[in-house]
Amino acid sequence: MIEFTGVSKVYPNGTKALNNINLTIKEGEFVAIIGLSGAGKSTLLRLINQLIPATSGTVSFDGTEVTKAKGKELRNIRRQIGMIFQGFNIVKRASVLTNVLSGRVAYHPTWKTILGLFPEEDKQIAYRALQRVDILEKVHSRASDLSGGQQQRVAIARALAQEPRLMLADEPVASLDPITTIQVMDYLKKINKEDGITTIANLHHVDLALNYATRVVGVKEGHIVYDVKIKDIDKKTFLADLEKVYGRAIHHDEMLGDE
Amino acid sequence: MDKIIVPRPNHLKRNIVILAVVALILGSAIFAGFNPVTVIRNFSKGRRLLGRMFLPPDWSYAPKVIPPLIETLRMAIVGTFWGALIALPVAVLAASNFLNNPWISKPVRLILNIFRTIPAMVLASLFVAVFGIGPFSGVIALSIFTFGLISKLTYESIESIDFGQVEALMSLGANKLNILRYAIMPQILPQFMSYTLYGFEVNVRSAAVLGYVGAGGIGQTFEHNLAWRNFDRVGVIIVISFLVVLVIDFVSSNIRKRLV
Ligand SMILES: Nc1ncnc2c1ncn2[C@@H]1O[C@H](COP(=O)(O)OP(=O)(O)OP(=O)(O)O)[C@@H](O)[C@H]1O
Ligand SMILES: [Mg+2]
Repeated sequence: MIEFTGVSKVYPNGTKALNNINLTIKEGEFVAIIGLSGAGKSTLLRLINQLIPATSGTVSFDGTEVTKAKGKELRNIRRQIGMIFQGFNIVKRASVLTNVLSGRVAYHPTWKTILGLFPEEDKQIAYRALQRVDILEKVHSRASDLSGGQQQRVAIARALAQEPRLMLADEPVASLDPITTIQVMDYLKKINKEDGITTIANLHHVDLALNYATRVVGVKEGHIVYDVKIKDIDKKTFLADLEKVYGRAIHHDEMLGDE
Repeated sequence: MDKIIVPRPNHLKRNIVILAVVALILGSAIFAGFNPVTVIRNFSKGRRLLGRMFLPPDWSYAPKVIPPLIETLRMAIVGTFWGALIALPVAVLAASNFLNNPWISKPVRLILNIFRTIPAMVLASLFVAVFGIGPFSGVIALSIFTFGLISKLTYESIESIDFGQVEALMSLGANKLNILRYAIMPQILPQFMSYTLYGFEVNVRSAAVLGYVGAGGIGQTFEHNLAWRNFDRVGVIIVISFLVVLVIDFVSSNIRKRLV
């Protein structure tokens, strides 16, 4: 579904964030990307929907070269890809409903969306999305009045309203407490399983990756240094394997908590 | 117990600054021909004038003050309205983070800066020369002045928004206009309205004096009565204008506090 071929990214200031990445992600996978801060995880994710342009190489989504797409074509690709962020990035001064409906803007003529004219059908999509993340009762609240976990659920609902085929999550739980973290990860997993939406999530905690993903990809200094399916993980060598990703072994007490 | 010795603070820099400021003020006063003796010598003259204005003001003239005062407020409202209306889209063009095109934002800013350096009074005299005496010239002057003021404040607001909300809209396939509508406007609208109210406060005060150059409003009535030495009427105009400005400032700044 997604294919990175020889992708490199050098930022305008000269930082080499990614180096010759080759990576294939299949329909329905839940991929966790792990790695130290600054390893290039966010860069990898943002190349998929072209929030940043690649320096060289190609990224394709369902056979279409995203790295070449521009304007309308790019927006048509983007509307199939939901993205949620560490900082939630919902519009705080708007209602929950407006936020979720804004996930539909790429499906309608601009003059209609500017006037806020969404068809009844879209409202139903929005309500259903909110129901999926159990927050329908807040539909008319102002987004800024919600807690962090609730805001992230609204962000997920907005992404769901896009009816996406792919979900990107850039540290979706990094600013949430442990209990809310589990809730949000559960929703992401449920959506991945029930709707078959391919999911790629940057995660800071290895045990979250183990519990939720179907595959773990480790990034270090712009290279992919680890790539294993969860079912193939050898429990005995796993902690030692992480040394490749983090540069040192991870100890048991550094995990969020054992199950 | 041992006495703690701390080195004395070095006041040299501060003293030099104080000296420089004093020198600057004195220098300007001399340059402007300001002389305290003149002030004191004319003090009794001033006191007599104040007496004729306010002891007592000619209250019977008050009803005549109301129509030009309303005209002043109308000038301020219309001027603020048009100024703010044009300021909003221009501010969007001037903001460096929206179009991401310095070939547009830089020239627009340059023009805005030029507009902002011209005082409303100068604009008014200019338009009186073009369009003739009357409130129309005043309204045009106020519109342009407001435009310069609000567009600058607004584009700075746009540049300091939370860009994450813009990125989120980009990521779901929104185009520029949708980003403007759903990510930028909600963030800057309260500030924009606050700037507009502030512009209105400033404009009420400006509109009150614009009449001095013939651009309509209460200033024209004021100037007329001063020329005829109707000081007791001038007193009424000052008292009533003062009260109106005070009330408007109070109400407007209270609304502004709630907006942001
Ligand atoms: N806009 C940018 N301009 C310049 N350099 C950048 C930019 N964004 C990221 N970088 C650099 O690129 C490298 C990879 O950054 P990236 O954000 O992808 O890391 P990350 O793995 O997501 O880290 P974190 O866990 O801290 O989010 C880092 O060295 C970072 O400093
Ligand atoms: Mg990151």
